[in-house]
Amino acid sequence: MTVLFDLVLCALMLLAALAAIGGRGLFRATVFFVAYGITVALAWVRLGAIDVALAEAAIGAGLTGLLLLGAVARLRRAGAPEFPVRAGLVPALAAAGVAGATGWVALRVPGAGGLWTEAGEALPLSGVENPVTAVLLNFRAWDTLLESIVLLAALLAVWALAREEEWEAPVGPPLHARPGGVLEGMARLLPPVGIVVGVFLVWAGASQPGGAFQGGTVLAAVGLIAALAGLVALPRPDSGSWRTALAAGPAVFLLVGASGLALGGLLLFPPDWAKAMILTVEVFLTLSIAATLALLVLGPPQPRRMP
Amino acid sequence: MSAIALPDVLTIVLTGLGLLFFLAGTVGLLRFPDTFSRLHALTKADNVGLGLVALGVALQAETWGQLARIALVWVLALVAAGLVAQLVARAALVDRRLRG
Repeated sequence: MTVLFDLVLCALMLLAALAAIGGRGLFRATVFFVAYGITVALAWVRLGAIDVALAEAAIGAGLTGLLLLGAVARLRRAGAPEFPVRAGLVPALAAAGVAGATGWVALRVPGAGGLWTEAGEALPLSGVENPVTAVLLNFRAWDTLLESIVLLAALLAVWALAREEEWEAPVGPPLHARPGGVLEGMARLLPPVGIVVGVFLVWAGASQPGGAFQGGTVLAAVGLIAALAGLVALPRPDSGSWRTALAAGPAVFLLVGASGLALGGLLLFPPDWAKAMILTVEVFLTLSIAATLALLVLGPPQPRRMP
Repeated sequence: MSAIALPDVLTIVLTGLGLLFFLAGTVGLLRFPDTFSRLHALTKADNVGLGLVALGVALQAETWGQLARIALVWVLALVAAGLVAQLVARAALVDRRLRG
């Protein structure tokens, strides 16, 4: 029965992927991309990788889908012609080559367990009980630190697209929501639930699936829906408090990592302190990830027309 | 052959019924002529469908926490579906007026 489910899931994944790259129109391609992300998230659940599934659903399907939808809407507003999505022969061959090479490597990885046993043996020293969090924030803290900086760099690149005279404007496009409409009602109902879920995901990350990226994405979504409904004012890119929120995660990560120098080495967390250090990093990282993702979706500052 | 416990029978019946509603909603989505009747098919059938599936799965819950989470999933999906239906319908209205 589960084999049947897996086969159907694989077929759906392939169909969604094909529809996303072969579909007519950018909007349709984006919708299928989101559908593809959801099937991939389900596949990760079936493989027992709940952490990856959460990340794929929240960031791969949800946030990336939202970014692409925003790009499609922007292209339409700008009156850009719908350029053909049909892939050329060379990109198709290149993509097929990459897919083939990835599959070949995946099949040649020795042993079925991967690094599971090594990670499991070192787990008691990591300060957390969830092996994924142990890898992300302790064993391979470097990667996560650089990732958080890359995220910030991406936002800077988006902001760099603003023209000089637009710099004074709040971020994002002008938004219109009817006062007292359904969107506003939703935006008042959802944040309390969303904030609890987001904070829970971060806290739970120490011992079960969850973490700063997943929790941060949920919090970003909460902020975005409040912004869409016009319940919170959008900040200007030169707002000091927002810039602090954006930089806090990588900065605290670096500080905590550097304090490891006194205790053994850069980004080395001694077992007695590891839990407190990791939690501190995660809290600030969540703040920065939530702020960065929400501002990425809103895009560069855009001037409002005078009423 | 061991007898199947009553909760399991109820789970099968309820989720089966829920899937039927999903099927009906999908058929409506594919067959109805315009955006509004399609929305009607989707929101009515899917909400009941998800509710029945949630009810069926809830019978398998082992703790109150799991039960609460299943209920939360259903309520959130219900609210989201209602909101999205409203927004899509309004967008379709504006679209029709513009073409109009």
